[in-house]
Amino acid sequence: MKLTLRVWRQKNAGAEGAMSTYEVDDISPDMSFLEMLDVLNEQLILSGEEPVAFDHDCREGICGACSLVINGDAHGPERTTTCQLHMRSFKDGDTIDIEPWRASAFPVIKDLVVDRSAFDRIIQAGGYITAPTGAAPEAHATPVPKADADFAFEHAECIGCGACVAACPNGAAMLFTSAKVNHLNVLPQGAPERESRVLDMVAQMDAEGFGGCTLTGECATACPKGIPLMSITSMNKEWLRATRKAGKR
Amino acid sequence: MARTVWDSSVGKKTVMAVSGVIMLLYLVAHVIGNLKIFFGPDEFNHYGHWLRTVGEPFMHYEWTLWLIRVVLVVAVVAHATSAYQLSRRDLKARPTKYVHSKPRASYATRTMRWGGVILGLFIVWHVLDLTTGTVHSGGFQEGHPYQNVVDTFSTWYGNVIYIVAMLALGLHIRHGFWSAAQTLGVGSRARDRALKTVANVLALLLTAGFIAVPVGVMTGVVS
Ligand code: HEM
Ligand code: SF4
Ligand code: FES
Repeated sequence: MKLTLRVWRQKNAGAEGAMSTYEVDDISPDMSFLEMLDVLNEQLILSGEEPVAFDHDCREGICGACSLVINGDAHGPERTTTCQLHMRSFKDGDTIDIEPWRASAFPVIKDLVVDRSAFDRIIQAGGYITAPTGAAPEAHATPVPKADADFAFEHAECIGCGACVAACPNGAAMLFTSAKVNHLNVLPQGAPERESRVLDMVAQMDAEGFGGCTLTGECATACPKGIPLMSITSMNKEWLRATRKAGKR
Repeated sequence: MARTVWDSSVGKKTVMAVSGVIMLLYLVAHVIGNLKIFFGPDEFNHYGHWLRTVGEPFMHYEWTLWLIRVVLVVAVVAHATSAYQLSRRDLKARPTKYVHSKPRASYATRTMRWGGVILGLFIVWHVLDLTTGTVHSGGFQEGHPYQNVVDTFSTWYGNVIYIVAMLALGLHIRHGFWSAAQTLGVGSRARDRALKTVANVLALLLTAGFIAVPVGVMTGVVS
């Protein structure tokens, strides 16, 4: 396949960026999108140009490091991560626009790499449980109803990639935050911090400068892990419950 | 607690949802009242008078009406203020547009902000027109709502303003009712279809019910 790529290039956080156009040839439909970018970078290095910076790690769709808005879609046209997107989703001769995640809470560091440490700080605010460390506890010691286990697992699938923020017209982190809150709040292990978790994580989310939810639903459409929009409804319910409880005390 | 709610984006959205639902309940009562115009001046004017005597002898003349007015003003102000503040926050959180942008979301979802502004302007005009009579086209007569309504809808601009605003209202409720359910945490996968259906039915009935009045005057059914 022969492709025209229009890629966002930006030297550093302070510099002005712009779209640059490149041609790549001999792309196999079996390549992943990131492998196609590797080909572009090899070509750039050979011609003495600066390679395009982009995030990646596992390339298996499980770590959440890769990003990229491809032709206006976070993680591209398929419901998967960019590393698991294959070039067979494109046609020979296509022009592909590649941009970084856009949100003021995710500033661009270089080219297609953005700073997602705001997510880490949301997790630090309450996305954990306090438990003694040591050997794994006996599995039957804390029974979890099947429905709760399924609910927790569905939300635990979030890999923290940030596609939800990138897709949201308000740059909101509601889907990410709700996935983390719901995952732990439904389980007995998460119960001791059930109220402080949702209040603190939502407060941190606001402090990081993410927008609010207008229930547009773009986040859930973009999410490679299929975190449902209703996840936000569940978090709102937890937030209201925690606020009522805090008010009574 | 009030402070925590107002300072949080989730809390402010709750204020928006609660005030929206209060206005929505009022509109359901309002449209039922309006449709009495099709039963002639006596019934409609009598209904207008009754609104002022509701609650008597417990309440004094017009007390109940004023109570409702106060609740509505608080709801409109709370709704508009939170909408404004949340919208500013949203725009600031996403300052850079994508070069490759696509039309997103449904029409009703995309028009919440502009539709809301249209509704806000309409509410001001509507009160000045038919409650205080300040901008009324004919000779506004206190206590004769039937004639006042006929006068308003005998002007082209009265009809245009009113019908445009009611179409905006339908779209606003279509996304707003379902949204409020999510904000208040009462939505669920099992209830989703039902909520969307109720949102559409409410939007349709309210819009059609309100628009029936100017159409009635234009076609001469009400005169
Ligand atoms: C003063 C005029 C108004 C303005 C400026 C306004 C603006 C807005 C905005 C910006 C939203 C949020 C949209 C979104 O989340 O995408 C909203 C939501 C809503 N509006 Fe209004 N609106 C107005 C009047 C009304 C009226 C008359 C009603 C009564 C039916 C209403 C009912 C609602 C409801 C139920 C919501 C959903 C709240 C939520 O998302 O949780 N609004 N409004
Ligand atoms: S909710 Fe989905 S899109 Fe958002 S960070 Fe988690 S996995 Fe990525
Ligand atoms: S590189 Fe790990 S999810 Fe894509």
